[in-house]
Amino acid sequence: MNIELRVNGEPRELEVWEGESLLFALRERLGLPGSKNACEQGECGSCSVMLDGKLVCSCLVLAAQAQGHDVVTVEGLAEDGNLHRVQEAFAETGAVQCGFCTPGFVVATADLLARNADPSEDELREALSGNLCRCTGYAKIFDAVRLAASR
Amino acid sequence: MSAPAREVVLGRIGEVSRRSDAVPKVTGEFAYSSDLHAAGMLWGHTVRSPQAHARIVGIDTSRALTMPGVHAVLTHDDVPGEKLYGLEFRDQPVLAIDRVRYFGEPVALVAAEHPEQARRAAEQVRVEYELLEPIVDPERATEQAPLHPDRPTMGRGYRDDERPNVVRSLVIRHGDPDARGDVSVSGVYDVGIQDQAFLGPESGLAVPDGEGGVDVYVATQWLHVDRDQGAPCLGVAPGQVRIRLAGVGGAFGGREDLSMQIHGSMLALHTNRPVKIVYSREESFVGHIHRHPARILSEHRATREGRLVCVRVRVLLDGGAYASSSTAVTSNAASFACGPYKVDNALVESLCVYTNNPPCGAMRGFGAVQSCFAHEAQMDKLAAALDIDPVELRLLNALESGDVMPTGQVIAGKLPVAEVIRRCAALTPPEPEELPRDPLRLPGGSGNTTRGEGVRRGVGFAVGFKNIGYSEGFDDYTAARVRLHRTADGELSAEVHCAAAEVGQGVANVILQTARTELETEDVVLAAATTSAVGSAGSASASRMTWMAAGAVQLACRDALAEHRRTGSDVDLERTYRHPRTTPLDPETGQVTGERAHVAYACAAMRVVAEVDVELGLTRVVWIGTVQDVGRAVNPSAVEGQIEGGTAQGLGLALMEEIQTRDGLITNASFTDYLIPTTLDMPPVASELVEDAEPDAPYGVKGVGEPPTVVSTAAVVSALRAATGRELARVPVRPDDIVGL
Repeated sequence: MNIELRVNGEPRELEVWEGESLLFALRERLGLPGSKNACEQGECGSCSVMLDGKLVCSCLVLAAQAQGHDVVTVEGLAEDGNLHRVQEAFAETGAVQCGFCTPGFVVATADLLARNADPSEDELREALSGNLCRCTGYAKIFDAVRLAASR
Repeated sequence: MSAPAREVVLGRIGEVSRRSDAVPKVTGEFAYSSDLHAAGMLWGHTVRSPQAHARIVGIDTSRALTMPGVHAVLTHDDVPGEKLYGLEFRDQPVLAIDRVRYFGEPVALVAAEHPEQARRAAEQVRVEYELLEPIVDPERATEQAPLHPDRPTMGRGYRDDERPNVVRSLVIRHGDPDARGDVSVSGVYDVGIQDQAFLGPESGLAVPDGEGGVDVYVATQWLHVDRDQGAPCLGVAPGQVRIRLAGVGGAFGGREDLSMQIHGSMLALHTNRPVKIVYSREESFVGHIHRHPARILSEHRATREGRLVCVRVRVLLDGGAYASSSTAVTSNAASFACGPYKVDNALVESLCVYTNNPPCGAMRGFGAVQSCFAHEAQMDKLAAALDIDPVELRLLNALESGDVMPTGQVIAGKLPVAEVIRRCAALTPPEPEELPRDPLRLPGGSGNTTRGEGVRRGVGFAVGFKNIGYSEGFDDYTAARVRLHRTADGELSAEVHCAAAEVGQGVANVILQTARTELETEDVVLAAATTSAVGSAGSASASRMTWMAAGAVQLACRDALAEHRRTGSDVDLERTYRHPRTTPLDPETGQVTGERAHVAYACAAMRVVAEVDVELGLTRVVWIGTVQDVGRAVNPSAVEGQIEGGTAQGLGLALMEEIQTRDGLITNASFTDYLIPTTLDMPPVASELVEDAEPDAPYGVKGVGEPPTVVSTAAVVSALRAATGRELARVPVRPDDIVGL
């Protein structure tokens, strides 16, 4: 089937199989592999994208459900060639190791800071508890969130 | 397809340097092994055994072959060369032949145009199984029919043990194993099966070269050993298999063994099309090896003053269906069984057996994690029996350089056990938090289970240590190649080739920092890692890669610079670095046969504050303080990251992580049911480094990846014991263990 949607501000039209997730369509059909396939069952947050301004796991959304909607992925966060402040903070603080969780954390953090400019320790832990990281133990990710919030 | 971009970043040895891959990783541009794409690409899928132990009566692929989009369905008959492979012992079929030995064992392969077509065709591969009784109790494995009648690990210089299903049996006798003390404490400790649970699933892209060879873009820990295992099975020369490192989404030991490398290559060579394979999370859980579950029986005998007199330990490891790296894990569990303490008399028996449980192999800490959990529980028990402060007891017995290990090895390098203990004990934990408070900061968290009535606070302490590098006579080396030239404006410019796997630990920066330091130029680039441009780097394992890569790159840079100065012309040379030689253990006594069985050791101490709801069995780790012996920190920020992340994995084993099985079948192969620590589970980790340069290592470095994982499981459970007063002799600790049901 054919669907039309906006991805990172651009109108896109593509053919998908009815059972494909939005994650699969982004990664394999639109050349946007930044959203990651760590669990594909909504447990790890690595595929986080914004769907009409709401944070979702793109593995749990069918591509067909995104028909007519607006999707922003990690690839769409940088503006005019400049890293988003959250991306900059993650790179600076050492919040990235293997980096497989990073796109999901970056999207989720950007969403958090858009809703709450100065989250408390508890608020940021709660807000990011749907994103798993296996490398960092989260300490430097929290540093990155605080640094981004301070800017 | 593309390999991950690597770019120049600034920083020399000892300086905080931003990861060279940080920017592509935060923008989503970094190409992981599951992100690759090639024109005309097919999708591969693996048909796996639903049984833990069965005879294969027949495999019928005819229906699957007729399914839409299917280009190939392959079985063991289609393996072009050797039918068996293995990391150390060739005991594992590329595809099951006449028998399956574990749940999830690969039986057939499918290639199709769409991954869903491949999955559906895989469901139509009809495999007729005749069920066999699975061996699931490691205690009974040596009395049951052999799973590998040809005994693949025998005749390799290990102790002769004629019993069936023995992978390795090792006995270390030291001093007088019957020596008696004034007091004795004993315990039986159990460790569940832990999974590496790296986030990037096993995946890769195999591209046929049209001349019978194949390029494999894959996430791995050791490119050359993948090549050397794969080529004989594919029936081609090693040079015809070019392993190229794709972006690695974490490893932790779980990528030492092969996943899709041979399977993808078989499909690619058969179809003459690029083939991509990406495991699902469920497949990842059943498709790779795990940390060995263990049962450890320990007895510690000591004087009234607390000096250890004799330690007696029996370790039983369940290796699962295939050997993988189990023989080395068996040895490590034995080497570290007595802890980082002076022990003049010891008897350590370590046994690993084949079963039909999930295969086990390398995971961060590699045998030392299991041993540390047991020896630290014993030290706490001994401290209680003697009414001595647990920290003082550890200090009294702390190993130091020049001391003798139970294997007879004299510790030649640095091992500042007393210093890490003293400094860690001096770290100040936070004051107890007042009640009432937000439920998020209580055990049970946002589940809002308590207002704090049954919550008790406990402070725990543990010390652990582990070897760095490969041991027991293994020829452990790393190659590096340096190309030097002068740019038009007279500046020195270098390209470094090294096949060291960047798995997230930061070895790419180590290589760049080393080259910049040696060449005194910022103009250094690191080429993509591949088997076709440079010799083997060995494995990104055993906390060895920083030491070994720094050693190789230092050597190559120094020689390249000298040659350039002598000749004034461009240089392209390769050098191989070896760490000090090790020798095997005597198969009968477990004693060293040369100067050392292990190259070097690193230690860490950890203090943990936990709160436990003793009525509901819920826990919250409040704070962790740790001091680690690192030799020298090449990139201090990356070292901190290793400590924090390694600590989280040990906390996971202490509190929540366990692969559950029923008759050998894994029942929780998902992140819904296999839990790893989240942002709400990890406390702040205060870490300090002891930088005492290791004499035989480049720049005095040691490895840093494993000690935090070794010690943190033991330290967290020590805190839970302090809070509950219970023995808690099993990890992960379950709510019913805490409540005492």
